[in-house]
Amino acid sequence: MRPAVGLLALLSHWRRHPFQLAMLLVGLSLATALWSGVQAINAEARASYDRAANVLGLDGLPRLTMVDGSAVPLARYGDLRRAGWPVSPVIEGPLPGSDLRLIGIDLLTLPTEARLMDPAALDLQGFVAVGGEVLVPAGAAARLRLPDQPRLRETADLPPGIALADIAQAERILAAPGLSYLLLSRDAALPADLPADLVLARPAAGEDIARLTDSFHLNLTAFGLLSFAVGLFIVYSTIGLAFEQRRGVFRTLRALGLSAAALTGLLLAELLLLSPAAGVIGVGLGYLVAAVLLPDVAATLRGLYGAEVPGTLGFRPAWWLGGLAISVAGTLMAAAQSLWRLWHLPLLATAQPRAWAHQAASGVRWQAGVGAGLLALACGLGLWGVGLWAGFGLLAALLLGAALILPLILHALTFCAGRLARGVLAQWFWADTRQQLPGLSLALMALMLALSANVGVGTMVGSFRLTFTGWLDQRLASELYVTARSAEEAAELTAWLAPRTTVILPIWSAETMIEGQPAEVYGMTDHATYRDNWPILLGAAEMWDRLAAGQAVLLNEQLYRRGGLALGDLVDLPGGALPVAGVYSDYGNPRPQVIVATDLLVARFPDIPRLRFALRVDPAQSAALAQEMRAVFDLPEAAVLDNTRVKAMSLQVFERTFAVTGALNVLTLSVAGVAIFASLMTLSGMRVVQLAPVWALGLTKGRLAALDFARTLVLAVLTLVIALPLGLVLAWALLAVVNVAAFGWRLPMAVFPADWLALAGFTLLAASLAALGPWRRLARMAPANLLRVFSHAR
Amino acid sequence: MLLLASGLTKTYRTGDELVRVLDGVDLTLKAGESLALTGESGSGKSTLLHLVAGLDSPDAGRLVVAGTDMVQATDVQRAALRRDAVGLVFQQFNLIPSLDIAANMAFQARLAGRLDLGWLEELVQALGLQGLIHRYPEQLSGGQQQRVAIGRALAGRPRLVLADEPTGNLDEATGDAVMALLLQLVAQAGAGLLMVTHSPRLAARLDRRVHLAAGRLHTVEPLA
Ligand SMILES: Nc1ncnc2c1ncn2[C@@H]1O[C@H](COP(=O)(O)OP(=O)(O)OP(=O)(O)O)[C@@H](O)[C@H]1O
Ligand SMILES: [Mg+2]
Repeated sequence: MRPAVGLLALLSHWRRHPFQLAMLLVGLSLATALWSGVQAINAEARASYDRAANVLGLDGLPRLTMVDGSAVPLARYGDLRRAGWPVSPVIEGPLPGSDLRLIGIDLLTLPTEARLMDPAALDLQGFVAVGGEVLVPAGAAARLRLPDQPRLRETADLPPGIALADIAQAERILAAPGLSYLLLSRDAALPADLPADLVLARPAAGEDIARLTDSFHLNLTAFGLLSFAVGLFIVYSTIGLAFEQRRGVFRTLRALGLSAAALTGLLLAELLLLSPAAGVIGVGLGYLVAAVLLPDVAATLRGLYGAEVPGTLGFRPAWWLGGLAISVAGTLMAAAQSLWRLWHLPLLATAQPRAWAHQAASGVRWQAGVGAGLLALACGLGLWGVGLWAGFGLLAALLLGAALILPLILHALTFCAGRLARGVLAQWFWADTRQQLPGLSLALMALMLALSANVGVGTMVGSFRLTFTGWLDQRLASELYVTARSAEEAAELTAWLAPRTTVILPIWSAETMIEGQPAEVYGMTDHATYRDNWPILLGAAEMWDRLAAGQAVLLNEQLYRRGGLALGDLVDLPGGALPVAGVYSDYGNPRPQVIVATDLLVARFPDIPRLRFALRVDPAQSAALAQEMRAVFDLPEAAVLDNTRVKAMSLQVFERTFAVTGALNVLTLSVAGVAIFASLMTLSGMRVVQLAPVWALGLTKGRLAALDFARTLVLAVLTLVIALPLGLVLAWALLAVVNVAAFGWRLPMAVFPADWLALAGFTLLAASLAALGPWRRLARMAPANLLRVFSHAR
Repeated sequence: MLLLASGLTKTYRTGDELVRVLDGVDLTLKAGESLALTGESGSGKSTLLHLVAGLDSPDAGRLVVAGTDMVQATDVQRAALRRDAVGLVFQQFNLIPSLDIAANMAFQARLAGRLDLGWLEELVQALGLQGLIHRYPEQLSGGQQQRVAIGRALAGRPRLVLADEPTGNLDEATGDAVMALLLQLVAQAGAGLLMVTHSPRLAARLDRRVHLAAGRLHTVEPLA
């Protein structure tokens, strides 16, 4: 027999069962879509980190700065060069009138590791010429309104958020008092000992953006994997059914002389024909998902890590191929069991529609045993695990363990319910439900994973939101925030404001290296505003006096946790180390931060700009005062902010941050709904044998269908009830383990029962939609279909 | 009259073809009477039985079963008739796979609200099922399953017992034993019996015998 003939015979099955084919394609393409969507987002972000690293390896290179944090005088640079130091000057600062950061470099001395893009891409003449060009990222030129506009040139090679100019041009635009820092090449030998007024900072390995954001991407990847697994449940059950229904065909083909190997090969060929088709659809859908989610992801990365990622998606052939490959691999994984069984199919075995869905009780128990082991592992990791990977290991062990135990729990629950039931129909209902469990448990596992992920992530985000809003109120205790454009204006402003406000609190800061990382140092003026409101996590009451006296510092939680510091430990600052007196929460800030007394800040960093102030005023007057201030000093809108607006802006950033997670959550739940639907449709074929006797004994089809419908809802609700506590444990793991490792802060957990109700509603809706088709099918089934059970040998 | 049918017709559609399986069937059955229904394979015996049981509805004719007009009856009324008045034994797959034997036997009687534990116990003894009542259908042999089905059909003391080749899947000796039990228990319960069978030998043990051919019933006189 020619294999092609066999293949045609096999493929004809799908023509007669178009619904099954559709289910297979839907399951596979959904799985591929969510997986490859997440991969696309990750790939885009990684590419942009790479670009940032390639274009400006600056962040990765050692640098010299002045001990006091002031600008490096040009003359000092000249001296060093003449003394044979291989240094290269850099000026950096916010490009006025834009959201870009301007970096001025000296092409001639720049270390080769920091070599910009492709030197050939630079028009050296134009770049270096007096008043030369400023390079900006593609699409940025139109947004810019620079005073005394320099020539702009867009280039695709620049990472978003960065503008590049020759150092002379940058100095002019930024009106810089000197050089920001001096770059050294990575392993440059220093010709002499470091002069006392300079510090050498070597960036700590692994503190670059890509490493920082790894946890976020891992998070997305975990979600992608979860959706992929849930989608594969659908594929698994459809393939299982299609194989089972074709047992007759298989037997005939075998009897006609096709070897088991050839038959398996044919089915493999069939799957390899179908899966790339689904893969193409899936990758296309995934592209859509990624395109929709990417702007929010970009906002998240900017907000949480200060990493710049463009909000639009590029085209990456590798990613398309990857999507196809994962679709094929997923199909083979889902089909492995069926193929294996086919290989061992006895030539004369009769078709047993229930056999493949029928798991022996021992199988369930064995599975539950593995699940219990995984839960124990999760406990161990929760108690003794350290770091991000332990956190993710905990999550994985927890979810997988619970999923494996689920069938046993449902079995026990339905058994008890059956024992407690009084009526004959109720008893049958529970017994029959128990009988459906093996066929439904994969889909129910998928549902439970999706639900608990939803509860877990929802609780985490909700807790975060609650803490965050409270924290914002504490941090933004002052009514108004004003930023002057120059020192003179600042002086005039404070003089004008003095009689009109309760107090004027400077918000000045400097940048320096602490514990080998770039960090912020803020000055704090001793005032009740801070003593009463500042979100202190750790520290005694006298810390305020010690801070004010310049004897101690406060740290943000990130620096405290990452640096492994304790109260009383010394923190190195330019001009001398100081002990830690307290720790405060600082959500959403990727960088380490230290607070010192304002006087101390000014003493140690004399050159910092002194432009920003917080104002305490009668809240009722604040709006009017802001208006007046803007009018009198001709200040732009953004120079005077009231705290409600700042809070609103911060919350908006926050909401965008979690929009992605929310969207993935809903998608995963929907896929779980489709999985249930697929399983129910699969089961409904073999339901007839189980339902026909009950129908014959005096129940209407309508009643049976209604009971069947109710069964699906009951199972969904039971699964939800089990998923709830699991979700809360998940939330705890996210808040207390993963967040601490990934972001450096720990949040108190809050619960949101109203959200659970909404989730219950959604679950019931999804389950109802899934059960609707099978319900209609049964309610409308012709009696002849049911009667066949009794008359024909099957 | 327990069962009264006249001019019953039933047509099946297969593809474009219409097959008239029953073409004017007349039939009566009195309470306590037993009737054998024979006919070639495909002649429509099962079809007729299903109509009488209210499992399917006739195209035309008159059919009254235990006082219910089956032509006019709604789905709900038909289900109620099956539950309250009819005991069914099919050739196979009689039992509810998710329930054990005890629950299977009692199911219909409990559904009809007529569970009589004493009678049930008597049936279990008579059918020799004592050791099996906690097993599940799949753990029983074909003959054992058919005995359970007979027990279930009789547990609610129905007025009419309908059996479609109840011993068709069994070997001759087992079939005879099961058959003898059925007849004995039906007589004990005072029910009417309509039984489909291929075997003239079995048919001869019933009160009357009718033969279905070409969509119509013909009375077959006993030989002796
Ligand atoms: N649902 C159906 N659709 C189409 N034709 C049907 C259907 N059910 C039965 N038939 C046809 O009706 C005829 C009678 O079928 P039925 O099952 O009543 O025969 P039977 O006398 O019980 O046969 P057997 O002795 O083999 O059980 C057969 O030709 C059969 O093919
Ligand atoms: Mg028949």
